[in-house]
Amino acid sequence: MSKETPLWEVFVRPRNGLSHKHCGSLHAADEVMALQAARDTYTRRGEGLSIWVVPSKSIFASDPDQTAENFDPSVDKVYRHPTFYDIPDEVGHM
Amino acid sequence: MSQALFNALLELGDDHLILGHRVSEWCGHAPLLEEDLAMPNMALDNIGASRNLYTYAGVVEGKGRDEDQIAYLRLDREYKNCLLVERPNEDFAHTMLKQLFFAAFMEPYWQAALSSSDETVRGIAGKAVKEMAYHIRHAGEWVIRLGDGTDESAERMRAAVEEMTPYVEELFTMSEDAQACAENGILPDRKAIRLHWNQTISNIFDQALLELPEVKFPQLGGRTGHHGEEMGFLLSQLQYVQRAYPGMSW
Repeated sequence: MSKETPLWEVFVRPRNGLSHKHCGSLHAADEVMALQAARDTYTRRGEGLSIWVVPSKSIFASDPDQTAENFDPSVDKVYRHPTFYDIPDEVGHM
Repeated sequence: MSQALFNALLELGDDHLILGHRVSEWCGHAPLLEEDLAMPNMALDNIGASRNLYTYAGVVEGKGRDEDQIAYLRLDREYKNCLLVERPNEDFAHTMLKQLFFAAFMEPYWQAALSSSDETVRGIAGKAVKEMAYHIRHAGEWVIRLGDGTDESAERMRAAVEEMTPYVEELFTMSEDAQACAENGILPDRKAIRLHWNQTISNIFDQALLELPEVKFPQLGGRTGHHGEEMGFLLSQLQYVQRAYPGMSW
C-alpha cells in the first residue's frame, strides 16, 4: 500500500440538464472519502446536484508536445461547424 | 410551560453551540486540507442550529434576549449542555467519535421532532435533520477507517471509545423540563432514541472492528450545570469578544 494519499479529480453537475464539469482535485484515501471531501470542498455554496470523483491516475491525457499535430489540422475546417443550420429554440442546450 | 420549553431549548442549543465550538477549534489544524474545510462546515451546521434554538428560546422567554445574549452572556453553571460535547478534542479519533455519537442521537431526534406540535420546532428540525445525517456519514466513515486502519489509528480509536462512551448516557436522560415538553408533544422523548442510536453505532462499529463497552458509571451533570474543568477554558474563549466589547456585532 502506498503511503501517498491518492489524488482525485472532481466533477460537479450544477443542475439537471447540464453535464458534469471538472472543478478541481483533492486528496483522499478512497472513493467514499473522496466523495465526502468533494462535497465539503466544492459544493459549499450550492454549486451542485451531483458529484463524480475519478482517480487522477485513471486519466490519460494528451501530450502538450503533440498539441500542434492533434489540434491544428481542425482549425481551417469551418464546414465541420453546424453553423449552416438554424436550430429551433425548443432544442435548448446542444 | 414556557419556562420548561425555554430550558429544554437551552439544553439543545447549548449542546449544538458547545460541540460546534469544539469542532471549530480544528479550523486551520485539521490533518488534511480537505478535512480543514469539512470540519468548519460541520461546526457551522451545529452553530447554525444553536442560533435558531436560542432565537426561539428568547422568544419563548419573552424578556427580549436575543441569540447573542443567550449564547455569550451566561455563567458556566447556566449552560445546560451534556458533558459529551464539552470534552476536549484530544486527537482526531476522539473528535470524530464525539461527532458521531452526537449526530447518531440528533438525527433520529430531529426526525421525531418533525411531527412536533410546535411549528418553529418543526422548522428547526427540518433543516437540522439533513445536516445530522451528513455528520453521521462523515464521522462514521472516519471511525470505520481509523478503527480498521493502522495499529496506531486502531489503538487511538479504541482509546477514544473507552473514554467517550460513559458520556453517552446523558443524551438519553430526561430533565424535568424535557419531560414536560415531551408530554406536551413539543419535543421528542430522548429515551425513545436509544434503539435507533444503538443500531447506527453498532452498524458502524461492526465495520470499524470496535466494541461498545458496557458503562457501569455514566457521566452525568451537564444538564444541571455541573460541568468539567475544561468548560471554563472553553467559555473564556467563546465569550471573550462579547465580554470585552459588550453588545458589539459585525
